[in-house]
Amino acid sequence: MNNIKKALDSWERKINSKSERFTRSGIPVKVLHTPLDVKGSYMESLGFPGKYPFTRGIHEEMYRKRLWTIREFSGYGDAVETNRRLKYLLQQGETGLSIAFDYPTLLGLDSDDELSRGEFGMAGVGISTLEDMELMFQDIPLGSVSTSMTINGPAAVIWAFYILAAEHQGVSPAELRGTIQNDILKEYMAQKSYIFPPEPSLKLVVDTIEYSSKALPQWNPISISGYHIREAGATAVQELAFTIANGLTYVEETVKRGLDIDDFAPRLSFFFDSSIYFFEEIAKFRAARRIWAREIRSRYKPKKERSMWMRFHTQTSGVSLTAQQPENNIVRTTIEAMAAVLGGTQSLHTNAMDEALGLPTELAATVALRTQQIIAEESGLSDTVDPAGGSYYLEWLTDEMEKETYAYLDRINSMGGVIKGIRNGFFQKEIAESSYRYQKEVEEKKRIIVGVNTYARSGVVKIPLLKVSERYERRQISRLREYRKDRDEQKVRQALNDIQKAAWERNLMPSIISATRARATLGEIVAAMKEVWGEFREQVIF
Amino acid sequence: MRKIRVIIAKPGLDGHDRGAKVLARSLMEKGFDVIYAGIRQTPEDIVRAAIEEDVDVIGLSVLSGSHLYQFRRVASLMKQNKIDDVLLIGGGIIPESDKPKLAKIGVSAVFGPGSSIDEISNFINSKCRRLK
Repeated sequence: MNNIKKALDSWERKINSKSERFTRSGIPVKVLHTPLDVKGSYMESLGFPGKYPFTRGIHEEMYRKRLWTIREFSGYGDAVETNRRLKYLLQQGETGLSIAFDYPTLLGLDSDDELSRGEFGMAGVGISTLEDMELMFQDIPLGSVSTSMTINGPAAVIWAFYILAAEHQGVSPAELRGTIQNDILKEYMAQKSYIFPPEPSLKLVVDTIEYSSKALPQWNPISISGYHIREAGATAVQELAFTIANGLTYVEETVKRGLDIDDFAPRLSFFFDSSIYFFEEIAKFRAARRIWAREIRSRYKPKKERSMWMRFHTQTSGVSLTAQQPENNIVRTTIEAMAAVLGGTQSLHTNAMDEALGLPTELAATVALRTQQIIAEESGLSDTVDPAGGSYYLEWLTDEMEKETYAYLDRINSMGGVIKGIRNGFFQKEIAESSYRYQKEVEEKKRIIVGVNTYARSGVVKIPLLKVSERYERRQISRLREYRKDRDEQKVRQALNDIQKAAWERNLMPSIISATRARATLGEIVAAMKEVWGEFREQVIF
Repeated sequence: MRKIRVIIAKPGLDGHDRGAKVLARSLMEKGFDVIYAGIRQTPEDIVRAAIEEDVDVIGLSVLSGSHLYQFRRVASLMKQNKIDDVLLIGGGIIPESDKPKLAKIGVSAVFGPGSSIDEISNFINSKCRRLK
């Protein structure tokens, strides 16, 4: 090491390129990184894949044994139209399903609610009933495919629809594999699809974790998500720190409910963003695994190794895409997807090139899917475990990400935890600051965006776009009205009353499932819960 | 001289407020009077606030795809309330093919992803000066 130090000193005297460069999180990057930057012992900070602290991956052989799941987020129009797109993607080699819901569904409103006007089927599929759920998965065997559903506020209800749709296919809950996002804390921080106040929302999340640990042992009842925090403007460090803080909050609440760490921690899953600043993203994923394993081990002393695993899904960054020269987005997505693979992701969504303009067309969605297949089959990135590990720069950056994350965790802890931080606007302020700073850097060309603030080209962008036909909405609303006619109203009322009685008293899942059997709609079930729990209004911070 | 007053709001249900917030703060720094109304505003809320706050500009941000419905509704309420001299602009994920439709109902400009703050503030300045 002494020799290296001497040689480095003399090398540094000769270099001129001393201007400062920073990662997107503001970590200063040196001109050159050497073994001197890598502190800590190999066995303690890295170790072996499949072994604590899992920095190099959660599985011994990683992608050699099992490739990440290729899971493209999709959904638009009504259940019937989305069913068509899902089957197309499966035919094209997708290996898992991922459902995007429209805004009314995300907020627990029926498709014919006054507030749903103009929104039906636009940003995802509109689902109001068990029947809609069954139509969406018609001819898709739920016993053999895994489904991820991006749903938060009303996740418990949508999950009940899914469980019963599977039952009607003859598939039992214990056989079901998949994920509900169900991460409400980040909704208050970033994505803003909250319904109820934080306290009852958190109770409902713990209900689902508890229920799945008993009835759906292969299901991931939550996907603790940094993605939306990041897309709302946070840096990679903030994304990581806030996600870990949220994750630890869910664990603590579930343990307080009386569950054993080993009964639910193995089914917790995570979801991160992969943006364009390549090495920082890889470092983030590796640091995430290490921090999570360490915290779970030191706080809860699990017996199962799996309880310390951070399994995660990754999506490439929507914000990094440009409306200008959209074809360039294929390249951005490729770089981001490679970072996710080098970071050891368990599942991946690659964005389509046209997503800064609208929902992806079939062609754009296919190119996105092929991007993953090229990385998987041609690039060789999956041939050896953690191929970027050992890079002086990457290991140093992984340590830096970890250090900065702990600094945030300490701050969150000293302010009294995540819910306090949400209530006093801490997270919202931090995110708004970062996004404002980033925009300034772009305006001042301190950050270059090709085709936007550099190499711009004037003229109108010509690219085919997906149009969501109004036909789907008409079809949906007439189906929904028929559904409501064909039921015993008294049974519905009784089921909704039961939900209200159970709201604070006991696990809500059985009551929600009963209400679904009685043909109550999403909007009706959520409205019943709102009556007991109230609705959340945020204080506006910008 | 009175500063130009701008209300920035997000009609509809989507919570993607990054752009709206950055714009609100940036316009403030450029010397505009800015009211940021926040997310999940109905067109009625927005027009009411615009009247109460006596604004010169209404800026709407929609990323959910419901822009045609939302903008139409705001524009028609502006007409009903006789404030259609107020400048109406928009932003978000809005396909090129919808821009002529928005222009027809009175949306003066649409600023999509990648628009610079200068571009937007220059536009507001030039239009509002002409209005006065």
